[in-house]
Amino acid sequence: MLKFLLGVCLGVWLHTAQAVTVVDDRQVAVTLHQAPQRIISLLPSLAETVCVLGACSRLVGTDKHANWPASVKALPKLGGLDDTQLEALVRLKPDVVLLAKSARIIARLEELGIPVLALEPQTPADVKRVLQTVAMVLQLPDAQVQADKVWQGIQQQVDQAQSRIPAQAMNATVYFEASTGGYAAGEASFIGDILLQLGLKNIVPKDMGPFPQLNPEFVVRANPQLIVLAQPMATNLAQRPGWSGIAAIKNKRVCVFPSGQADILVRPGPRLGEAALLISDCVQRSFAP
Amino acid sequence: MNKIPAMQLAAWLMALSVVAMGLGLMTGSLGWEWGVLWTDPIVQDIRLPRTVGAWLAGALLGLAGALAQGLFRNPLADPYLLGSASGASLGVAIALSLGLWGSASFADMSQAMQWAMRLGLTGMAFVGAWAAVLLTLLLAKGVEHTLRLLLAGVVVGVVLGALTSLLTLISPQTLPAMQSFLLGNTSMLSGQACVLMAIVLLLCAGLSWIFSPLLDGLRLGESTAQSLGLRVVPLRIVLLAVMGLATATAVAQTGLIAFVGLVAPHLVRAKFVGRSASMLVLSSLMGGVLLTTADVLARGLWAPQELPVGVLTGVLGGGYLLWRIHSSQMAGSSV
Repeated sequence: MLKFLLGVCLGVWLHTAQAVTVVDDRQVAVTLHQAPQRIISLLPSLAETVCVLGACSRLVGTDKHANWPASVKALPKLGGLDDTQLEALVRLKPDVVLLAKSARIIARLEELGIPVLALEPQTPADVKRVLQTVAMVLQLPDAQVQADKVWQGIQQQVDQAQSRIPAQAMNATVYFEASTGGYAAGEASFIGDILLQLGLKNIVPKDMGPFPQLNPEFVVRANPQLIVLAQPMATNLAQRPGWSGIAAIKNKRVCVFPSGQADILVRPGPRLGEAALLISDCVQRSFAP
Repeated sequence: MNKIPAMQLAAWLMALSVVAMGLGLMTGSLGWEWGVLWTDPIVQDIRLPRTVGAWLAGALLGLAGALAQGLFRNPLADPYLLGSASGASLGVAIALSLGLWGSASFADMSQAMQWAMRLGLTGMAFVGAWAAVLLTLLLAKGVEHTLRLLLAGVVVGVVLGALTSLLTLISPQTLPAMQSFLLGNTSMLSGQACVLMAIVLLLCAGLSWIFSPLLDGLRLGESTAQSLGLRVVPLRIVLLAVMGLATATAVAQTGLIAFVGLVAPHLVRAKFVGRSASMLVLSSLMGGVLLTTADVLARGLWAPQELPVGVLTGVLGGGYLLWRIHSSQMAGSSV
């Protein structure tokens, strides 16, 4: 009996202790000899990805911006991508650190022998790819199936959002203000991609880049039928020079999101289905007869 | 005011350095920790390089500051005078923006872009700092005219600064990374960086010690220096190069740390008058003490949160300078 149990244990151990090699977004092949049990994420969307794959309990620390799901708020906060607290991070003895390519700390962590995986989801397609990569890294049983299941859930939400867009809002021109200072989210951005999928027409075409700073004239001239922005930017919109004549302002078709929801809209992560639903709800409301 | 002999002041500063570094080893992510285990890999791999690195970077800046003030005979001169700060910033901005554009594919990039990517942030900051100094010398048409050099430095600073702003405006995603570089940061220093800075410090300190008689001569005025038989132009070129090298090395590793290079020579002068050679070495030691202390405070004051060390040096250095300006000693004398 004891032998049998030992055999089972060994079998389980052998199963979980397989080395896995994945190629990250730096095109670096990263090999993990065991399924990581202590994971640190320095990008909010990566913490979200780990959690939607059901491995939230393996996270031991995150960056200061991670705030979803609620359980990650209680984890030690290790700064951001540019001011990571190296010592606090190393003290947590992570098996792997998930971060963005631009993180300054990458070279230092590699010197210290801590495996790093740089993943930078920027488009919905990236979100799918990152889900698959993270599922492989976590060494979940049936990793691909799990990742596909999550992705299908996201797709369903997007489809649902699409079906809620009223016919008269189809091909409506939209201006998405990404941050103060006149930065717009263009068609090339993550949120731009979602707007496109919902059948809305971005006034900022792809070739202008993801988050161009626009000349205020550009918005007035484009005369968008719908304006989407976050709470802090939404005061006195009609008083902006020339804005009182914009169709969206005249018809009160302005979607204002509180900053908590704005996170969902701008983070290229597994909540993109939720982002699509948020927008479609607002479109439905503003285009209601 | 009481002045202290060079050796005695040096001994004091060394002792202070040792104390500050000891505190540096004991300041961890959780605040103060008495009794440090040498075998703890966190102490060996993280705290030691960053503490020693902070001292070395401070020493480089202190030396460069003393050189700048001596060469330009101006108490407000600092290591960033010849545009190296804005050059380094531009280098970093280029590296960061390339990092974004380069996400598509490495092979598609032009030769120059690939080259810049390989250099990374540190390399680009170093190259940028040097390029800016060279540009300043070029615009000033040599090193003969102090005023022309200063003005060229200002011009280069403004123009490169504008280009940096333009780059960060085009790719606003680089803004936080840029900010962290501009504030100065000692938390990423590695053992390798320490070895590099130590070699450069020894080289720079040695060269400036050998050629320091020029600074002694310049104190009496340029023409007097010349009549003393000093070959002002070549010596000045060497010392400017030393200053550029020390500044570029420190800036590349730690970002733009404010005020250390400006304040260190002032602090030394408050306690010491004598040969420029001693002045340079003392300023260097003082810079090391200042930055190590600021680094300890940056880590300890708010632990486990960390302040950027440049914020502390800026606030402390600015405060000190203000106090000096208002104290009677400075009002009358030429510092």
